[in-house]
Amino acid sequence: MKEGLKRLDLIFKNEHDCEVILEKSLERSNDELIEDLISSGLKGRGGAGFPTGLKWKLSAEAEGKEKYVICNADEGEPGTFKDREILSSVPHKVLTGMAICGRIIGSQKGFIYLRGEYKFLIPELQKVIDGFHELLDKLDLNFRVEIFVGAGAYICGEETALFESMEGHRGEPRNKPPFPTDAGYRNGPTVINNVETLAHTYSILKYGPEKFKDLGVKDSRGSKVFSVSGDTPIPGIYELEFGMTLQKFVDDFGDGDAKAVQVGGAAGFCVPRKKFDKTVIGYKGKLTGTSLPTGGSMMIFNSSRSMYNVLHNYLDFFVEESCGQCTPCRVGTQQLLLGIEAVKRGDKSSQYLEELLELAETMRVTAKCGLGQSVANSFSSIVENFREEMIY
Amino acid sequence: MPHSVDYIKRLADKHGRGLESLLPILENVYLDRHIISEDAMVEIARELDVSAAKVFGTATFYSFLETEKCGKYVIRVCKTITCMMHGKNQIIKEIEELLKIKLGETTPDGLFTLKETNCLGHCHKGPAMLINDTPYTELTPEKVREIINQYRVTAQKSAS
Amino acid sequence: MNEQVNLKIDNLSVSVDAGTTILAAARKVNIRIPTLCHHEDLCVAGNCRVCVVEQVGVDRLQPACAIPVSEGMEIHTNTMKVRNARKQIIELLISEHRAECTTCYKNGKCELQQLSNEYIVGENGFIPLVPLKGYTIDEFSPSIIKDDSKCIRCQRCVRTCDQIQSIGALTVAHKGGEMKVSTFFDKPMYEVVCTNCGQCVNRCPTGALTEKTYINDVWKAIDNPDKYVVVQTAPAVRIALGEALDMDPGEIVTGKMVAALRRLGFNAVLDTDWSADLTIIEEGNELLQRLKRVLKDKDPNVKIPMTTSCSPGWIKYIEHTFPDFLEHLSTAKSPQQMFGALAKTFYANKIGVDPASMVSVSVMPCTAKKFEANRPEMHASGYQDVDFVVTTRELAMMIKQAGIDFLSLPDDDFDSIMGESSGASVIFGATGGVMEAALRTVYEVVTGREIPFDGLNVMPVRGMENVREATIKIEGALPEWDFLEGVEVKTCVAHGLSNAKKVMESVKNGASDYHFIEIMACPGGCLGGGGQPLPTSPEIRQKRADAIYREDAGKKIRKSHENPEIVQIYEEFLVEPLGHKSHELLHTSYSPRNRY
Repeated sequence: MKEGLKRLDLIFKNEHDCEVILEKSLERSNDELIEDLISSGLKGRGGAGFPTGLKWKLSAEAEGKEKYVICNADEGEPGTFKDREILSSVPHKVLTGMAICGRIIGSQKGFIYLRGEYKFLIPELQKVIDGFHELLDKLDLNFRVEIFVGAGAYICGEETALFESMEGHRGEPRNKPPFPTDAGYRNGPTVINNVETLAHTYSILKYGPEKFKDLGVKDSRGSKVFSVSGDTPIPGIYELEFGMTLQKFVDDFGDGDAKAVQVGGAAGFCVPRKKFDKTVIGYKGKLTGTSLPTGGSMMIFNSSRSMYNVLHNYLDFFVEESCGQCTPCRVGTQQLLLGIEAVKRGDKSSQYLEELLELAETMRVTAKCGLGQSVANSFSSIVENFREEMIY
Repeated sequence: MPHSVDYIKRLADKHGRGLESLLPILENVYLDRHIISEDAMVEIARELDVSAAKVFGTATFYSFLETEKCGKYVIRVCKTITCMMHGKNQIIKEIEELLKIKLGETTPDGLFTLKETNCLGHCHKGPAMLINDTPYTELTPEKVREIINQYRVTAQKSAS
Repeated sequence: MNEQVNLKIDNLSVSVDAGTTILAAARKVNIRIPTLCHHEDLCVAGNCRVCVVEQVGVDRLQPACAIPVSEGMEIHTNTMKVRNARKQIIELLISEHRAECTTCYKNGKCELQQLSNEYIVGENGFIPLVPLKGYTIDEFSPSIIKDDSKCIRCQRCVRTCDQIQSIGALTVAHKGGEMKVSTFFDKPMYEVVCTNCGQCVNRCPTGALTEKTYINDVWKAIDNPDKYVVVQTAPAVRIALGEALDMDPGEIVTGKMVAALRRLGFNAVLDTDWSADLTIIEEGNELLQRLKRVLKDKDPNVKIPMTTSCSPGWIKYIEHTFPDFLEHLSTAKSPQQMFGALAKTFYANKIGVDPASMVSVSVMPCTAKKFEANRPEMHASGYQDVDFVVTTRELAMMIKQAGIDFLSLPDDDFDSIMGESSGASVIFGATGGVMEAALRTVYEVVTGREIPFDGLNVMPVRGMENVREATIKIEGALPEWDFLEGVEVKTCVAHGLSNAKKVMESVKNGASDYHFIEIMACPGGCLGGGGQPLPTSPEIRQKRADAIYREDAGKKIRKSHENPEIVQIYEEFLVEPLGHKSHELLHTSYSPRNRY
């Protein structure tokens, strides 16, 4: 029997040391704290993988009267549900990370942008926030966290769209630059981190950067919380080490008949069986094969599934959830959807798939934000690897 | 529809009159009335000193801010990939039969509206649905019947 | 001096101010990058993505309109990757656009059509989306037609309505594939707070927003032997018409325009400039009366500051937005409507034509004038005072349709008795012009002396500053106006409704103490009106303004009260300013409208 993947419990470990961690951290200088974060190698867990320590450093250095710390809990990526679990089981870890971040960058105001679908979490979460505020008062740290509730828009997970939404606008991503670290919410320097990222800072503050850094592989340090769903006998949330191959993952979680794994949700990549071995889960940096970053969504499809249906479902999702402001995303998503339908029906020849692949590439290089840019990920990886399923 | 002037004034007092309060106010209106009507939007525009079109533009961006009348309980069945794989169509069919309405419709008694929605974040426990804010997961036709029944009973009790 | 940034665009070295966009830097070295959502008058959007360029070392393409230059940047604007991406983006836009170009009102003037032509977008484009969706064509407004099927969602119109005009009649609604430019609840334009100013029309790259055209109605009237068709031309038309007929901005074409109108077959070619002079007499006297009743009689029912009332976009804006301040509006009608009321009374009588068979046409730089002509208030003659309003653009189309070689036309003069004008009326077409014209007359009425500015040029009220203020001290007032002796008359000029809003808010909260305010709905005044030739930009508007002041300086008569045909109509018909006849024909009042 093969040795399975090591299950970790850095994030979900039942520990309540907020007070000690805060006290200890507040005694240290901002530079020391940032240095720890940077040396831990922690990168954003929302999927983009920006180094967290650097993000905090940039915001700390940015000039601005009002600065903000925002926890991005607009978890809308299909196949992702880890942030909900973190916010319901260890919210205090997230809050601790936010408070320390506030001290470091000079912010008194934090927000948790909670997607509307997770409204049911509010009563418990608010209680924890209230208790946490008491602790902050005791420690004389001027910082407050407020919940801002979304109203059903996937795109608001994009950080600048999220600011727009909080400011009362349509959730349309902004042009960058300026970046949030310079001008984010209400144009103030803003640190916006994923729920999981903030929870990790708790462990780094508590155990020091080394323990975190020891986990994972080059460029991808620490553990990662994975949301596992699809054709698996054991769907759920798992904390695993970075750097595993998809083969190992499928061995542990598949139903023995996995033909593809969608890594990173609808915005991620679809990896066919023959590439399981060569695909490593982690941020950039070539390992033994292709390295795929992920917000933690792992959807397994077995051989009974039509990859056409899978792609159709994703595209349907993108057509609805595109904010609509930029041409490649608004019109491109519609054309991809109609295009595969037309090929399937026989109204367009299979050659049209090549045009659609070109379109997907244009969307990748020209769309305004990550949504439009990443549609090509799933589209191209599914069409290229399962071409016959698109036609017949 | 009760006149919105005083009502929206109260909401603006509660949430504030900056644009940052727009989403919270819209959500509050929807929660109270199951619709964000034209006349409510006009009053919101007045209180926040923005154009009515601006309020409309923001409201229509968010799928939970309904501008058409919804039932007391809005059922949103997740249609995204894993819920689809685990039989969301069967669930919708069951609800349609139970409530004798089609997707997108509201029961004549104004109790239920049936809608589809994008990923609810319960992919490991699909099919899933929300009824107002409450999630229900690992749905089966039997389970759905039970849940709907509970809501009916609750509604009857609160009516009498 | 600003920090300089050095970069290379297509291997050409460029040095520009920090903060400059790639697009602007490229223009500096004469490299044109195509744009659609970009407009010089508007903030950066970065929506259409047509302007993408390649930056060395960056995988994704960059939107040139939205990305500021950085030191050492290397940009390529014409690579295979760029061309392919742009072509596909244009194809995508065409797929959601009802590309029925030959029958489109904007045929030949559409920016999408132009790009499609440049990039040789063939037939094998994407699946047409328009037939798959419902769309509406809103033709209810007398001024503007909004055709959703032609919209490419660049949001220029939304930004115009919001940023330049502070109206917010247009918004972006819904999202994803359903996203569209919409009014409040997608109501027809005439039902919402739209002022008909047409600034959105001026900036729409396609045929999604156009003026409602009355060209065929005018042709029909001209063709009807039983109709006597008079035409009036607004001050700002003559300095812009040439642009729509292959001439450069800033050319004065008054004489050619008159000649062309005559060739089109109008029975009388008359001038709105004449009634602009008349407006000055009526409005100037109204101002003096108001000042008298406030300053001397201490009448609490009389409102100052008085604001001008020539701009129909401004009138509708104040009706919607500041209804409590309607009494501040001068009761004087606009020059167009004064002309209309007199054409079917005084003029018809004079030339012996039955007003019932007279058709009154006006050529305006404006789309809101179409709405104004249709107002119920504007039937003082017993008929609709002005029957049809065509814009400068429409007149150019008529000239083309008639096969007239505009450039070779000899200059011609307006017909008499409502055709003579002063330099004061000419400047009505520029922001500050009404104020200057009024001051030239009012100062002289009060003191018996010319206004003490070199060459009668009241420079403080000229220019393109958003809001301008000028104080004129009255010295040596004639006995009748002794209460004005030593009074510093405070004036303010604003153009563009967002500036009007600022001024009105300062009036509302008591922060200002103006006596007289000139407001024009459009940027630059009428010369930047919603019916003017395309394109529009600060540079083009400045050239038109320069032309207007040139025309004024070249006029023999510079003051409205010295226009002999104005003197004549008071002697023969009106008797006196603000008199009984004036009241009946030349003044009106307005009513509040829905605020949202």
